[in-house]
Amino acid sequence: MFQVTGLRSGYGEIGVIKGLDISVGDNETLAVMGRNGMGKTTLFKTLMGLIQSKDGQVNLDGQDLSSMPTHKRVAAGLAYVPQGRMIFPGLTVQENIATGLETVKSRRIPSEIFDLFPVLHEMRHRKGGNLSGGQQQQLAIARALVSNPKVLLLDEPTEGIQPSVIKDIASTLNEISRSREITIVVSEQILSFTMAIADRLLVIESGEIVHETDRASCDEQTISGYLSI
Amino acid sequence: MDYSMQDLMAITAMQGFAGLSFFSVLLLMALGLAIIFGQMRVINMAHGEFMVLGAYTTYMVSTLASGLGPWATEYYILLAIPLAFLSAFLFGMLIEVLMIRHLYHRPLDTLLATWGLALVMQQGFRSIFGAREVSPSTPSWLEGSWRPTPMIDIPINGMAIMVLTVIVTLGVVWLMYRSRWGLRVRSTMASREMSAAVGINTRWVDRLTFALGCGVAGIAGAAFTMISSTGPTSGTLYIVDTFLVVVFGGAGSISGTVVSAFLIAQGQSILEFFLGSSMAKVTTLLVIIAILMMRPEGLFKSKVRR
Repeated sequence: MFQVTGLRSGYGEIGVIKGLDISVGDNETLAVMGRNGMGKTTLFKTLMGLIQSKDGQVNLDGQDLSSMPTHKRVAAGLAYVPQGRMIFPGLTVQENIATGLETVKSRRIPSEIFDLFPVLHEMRHRKGGNLSGGQQQQLAIARALVSNPKVLLLDEPTEGIQPSVIKDIASTLNEISRSREITIVVSEQILSFTMAIADRLLVIESGEIVHETDRASCDEQTISGYLSI
Repeated sequence: MDYSMQDLMAITAMQGFAGLSFFSVLLLMALGLAIIFGQMRVINMAHGEFMVLGAYTTYMVSTLASGLGPWATEYYILLAIPLAFLSAFLFGMLIEVLMIRHLYHRPLDTLLATWGLALVMQQGFRSIFGAREVSPSTPSWLEGSWRPTPMIDIPINGMAIMVLTVIVTLGVVWLMYRSRWGLRVRSTMASREMSAAVGINTRWVDRLTFALGCGVAGIAGAAFTMISSTGPTSGTLYIVDTFLVVVFGGAGSISGTVVSAFLIAQGQSILEFFLGSSMAKVTTLLVIIAILMMRPEGLFKSKVRR
């Protein structure tokens, strides 16, 4: 169980996340939707400890993560695929994935990773910076997965990716969710992508939850209304 | 000045070798700085003083060893080299904790702070070891020279320094590009935030990286005692050349650092014979400036899209 209670954070005096309560069950996929500037990235960075929270708790399976530094949160079971992918451009694909092994004993990249992303195996000796956007996104997901996380946080994984690859990413995430006991929290603006992967959707506006729904009972027009300017 | 072809060859060979000793110390210094400046973007003006720290450590080991008998005088250097590394490594780590870590992202402040540190260290050396230059005793197996032809005379200690340099260079390359630790360093230097987000304790990476760079300078100091005597300000002679090597080679590239140290040391050493030392230095500098104007990122740079 991944639980966020009363979370507040922001930059200096400016509050961006204003008291969020989120609860995600094991093996559930939750989509956090919202327009640009509504606090999605700030939320994810705060969950990872990259931005200090001002108040509230981040709880994973009963363990409070909110006072831990980022690297300890990873060891506790969080993994992060940031907006813009942030792969290490000067490292090879293989080295990029290997950085994700920091918190596990094994030093070898498990073969399942290359089964999920065959293109990364082909390109394992190339520099990460020379991959296309879609390939870099796969690389970022692979890097996050090798740490065997309990919770995978993906911040706008479809940003700047061509539509056909977006479909591939959706089916990969579904595959990951099926084959591993993993909780996925994904921030997104593309509704079709969200409908393809999420069990539950919530919309945030100015750092607060304004709408929450199951996929089954989701009214796409209401959500679209929140996402349009 | 009439030289026969044979003279010129012999001069080139001998000056070339003198250049190789200079190259070795310069490369050892530059490797440390390539790690600190190239990877961490910290301008460490006290890098020369860390070399001197290694040199004084060697001197102390030699002094202590001379009290133990002739066998100790012969082989103290084998102990002095790791101790020179260790003393500079530990002192470097202390400096990182006390000073450098507060100054990341403030390169100009680091420059000033480490310059101040250099002055403090120099005065420290002066207070402890005196202003006079000191030299550890040279083991007899490092004395003398090798004469492949009657005209060419190659000093043994120079060869020993080269062997040491090769070992240290290979060690650094292995550490940076083959080891788990090197992967941490390279990812942290690419993005501190993202490295933390894959589980790397970036604070420790910074600390060990800085300490390692200092430790390598300490080894340079041990090598330095074999070709020159050590004084409190010996490091200042090397710091400019060392920065030149790192910038010219393309900061962060180890192969670039090796090539650049080689070109600068050889260029200066061979030109010195014909032009004198000041003009040799001026000429080398002019050539480097001209090349850097055409290639501001240095000789080697990594090509990736960002």
